Amino acid sequence: MTAAAFTPDEMMTIAASRALSSSDVCFVGIGAPSAACNVARLTHAPDITLIYESGTIGTAPDVLPLSIGDGELCDTAVTTVSVPEMFRYWLQGGRITIGFLGAAQLDRFGNINTTVIGDYHNPSTRLPGGGGAPEIATSCGEIYITCKQSKRALVEKIDFFTSFGHGEGGDHRERLGITTRGPTLLITDLAIWKPDPVTKEFTVVSLHPGVTRENVQETCGWTVRFADSLEETPAPTALEIGTLRDLKARTAAAHSGK
Amino acid sequence: MATFLSLADAVRENLHDGDVVAFEGFTHLIPHAAAHEAIRQGFRDLTLVRMTPDLVYDQMIGMGMAKKLIFSYAGNPGVGLLRRLRDAVENGWPNSPEIEEHSHAAMANAYEAGAAGLPLAVLRGYRGAGLAEVNPNIRSIICPFTGEKLAAVPSIRPDVSFVHAQKADRKGNVLVEGIIGIQKEAVLAAKRAVVTVEEIVDDLSTHTNACVLPDWTITAIAVVPGGAHPSYTHGYYDRDNAKYIEWDRIAADRDSFTAWMKENVLEATPDDFNDRVADLRRAR
Repeated sequence: MTAAAFTPDEMMTIAASRALSSSDVCFVGIGAPSAACNVARLTHAPDITLIYESGTIGTAPDVLPLSIGDGELCDTAVTTVSVPEMFRYWLQGGRITIGFLGAAQLDRFGNINTTVIGDYHNPSTRLPGGGGAPEIATSCGEIYITCKQSKRALVEKIDFFTSFGHGEGGDHRERLGITTRGPTLLITDLAIWKPDPVTKEFTVVSLHPGVTRENVQETCGWTVRFADSLEETPAPTALEIGTLRDLKARTAAAHSGK
Repeated sequence: MATFLSLADAVRENLHDGDVVAFEGFTHLIPHAAAHEAIRQGFRDLTLVRMTPDLVYDQMIGMGMAKKLIFSYAGNPGVGLLRRLRDAVENGWPNSPEIEEHSHAAMANAYEAGAAGLPLAVLRGYRGAGLAEVNPNIRSIICPFTGEKLAAVPSIRPDVSFVHAQKADRKGNVLVEGIIGIQKEAVLAAKRAVVTVEEIVDDLSTHTNACVLPDWTITAIAVVPGGAHPSYTHGYYDRDNAKYIEWDRIAADRDSFTAWMKENVLEATPDDFNDRVADLRRAR
């Protein structure tokens, strides 16, 4: 069953998992990033080091955590450190190769907003805020982002700079003295995007199976740039889709409280 | 020296209107029972400090106890937004608490600086981040050795910190295990510290490098089995994820929130926590 049916969400998670390797040390955000990181660990990247901001280093959960501090993460970790140690020695110390973030609002330069919709001091929607993201975005070697496409999520201008991507583009990170690479990969439910080498604007390099350029543009708030040689993302394999669904099923059973 | 008290007495003697108070717990060991006791005793004008204000702060905000919030992630982890906090910030119900918002890295550093007796914390943080523009307590400092510009935030020095932990020995030394989060720093940074524990034991029977808070760093200890619920206590009971999911519905509406608080907090007691974790206890 290599041509198994799959949802756009599943394609997003699996495409994201493929970007990870066994040699990566990955700081995992919750939600889609957590699923992608664990699918990678359970398929092609068994030796990947997964780190959650609660202090768990080298964790291998059997079910996806609901929060970043579920007991499962600690039970299966190589070691669990305090939160100050996590942010000082491990993140700020430069030990993390990849930070994997989700986004409520994202612009074409990979700047992320998870703080407010509207004005900061008088918001129409107060979102949870940044948590670890402001420093994850600048201290990890590079940043991968996953986000479901919609005109509300992929916007021309974000309402708040929760975490800094490429700013206004070009050499904006360098101008701020930031030496890490920032966002190098955006995986949505429709496509894979990479920043232009010079402008740093996210450019579509691969469309997921069955997705058209129009689909991508219709669900994006800026005028989308496509690479000259546009590829098609390989469909999920039976192993990938089976691993993801098993993981989700175990997770749903564990979180229902039954 | 730590004094063993009932939870009601421990809260009454150590928390006061207008205090800067931290009820800490990074997902694990959240002192729900202590927070509920504070709600029952009806404190006002509190500055609530916490990295991850989740359900308990949503409840305290909804009950009108907060004058100010200092935090770095105000969500229901894995579920969504905090609806009582949103109602307060967006609509001023029941009041409009002042907001001082940081990143996790900054707050962790600020607690550590508080524990270390320093006036500020220094970190390589907030570069390009919008919070630096809206929070006047995020400033910068130049490294006198390298010239690097670094972020500076004031240390956190609560009047009182509340944490939950696994166990205390009879003298009052407390063991914290698992995701230890910011528990040690929250206690050592505060003027007073109140710890709720699952049990009292003769011997903590732990290894030499374990996270132990000596009895003389703690003001009061109250034994409250299940006192972290619906958070968890590693080695005692699991996180009640279903309750976190359920909270989203309860907190969505002012009336359902108020009714839930009356039934489950105002008319409840610390002893109720033991029953709430009965099904979650692991075979040890």
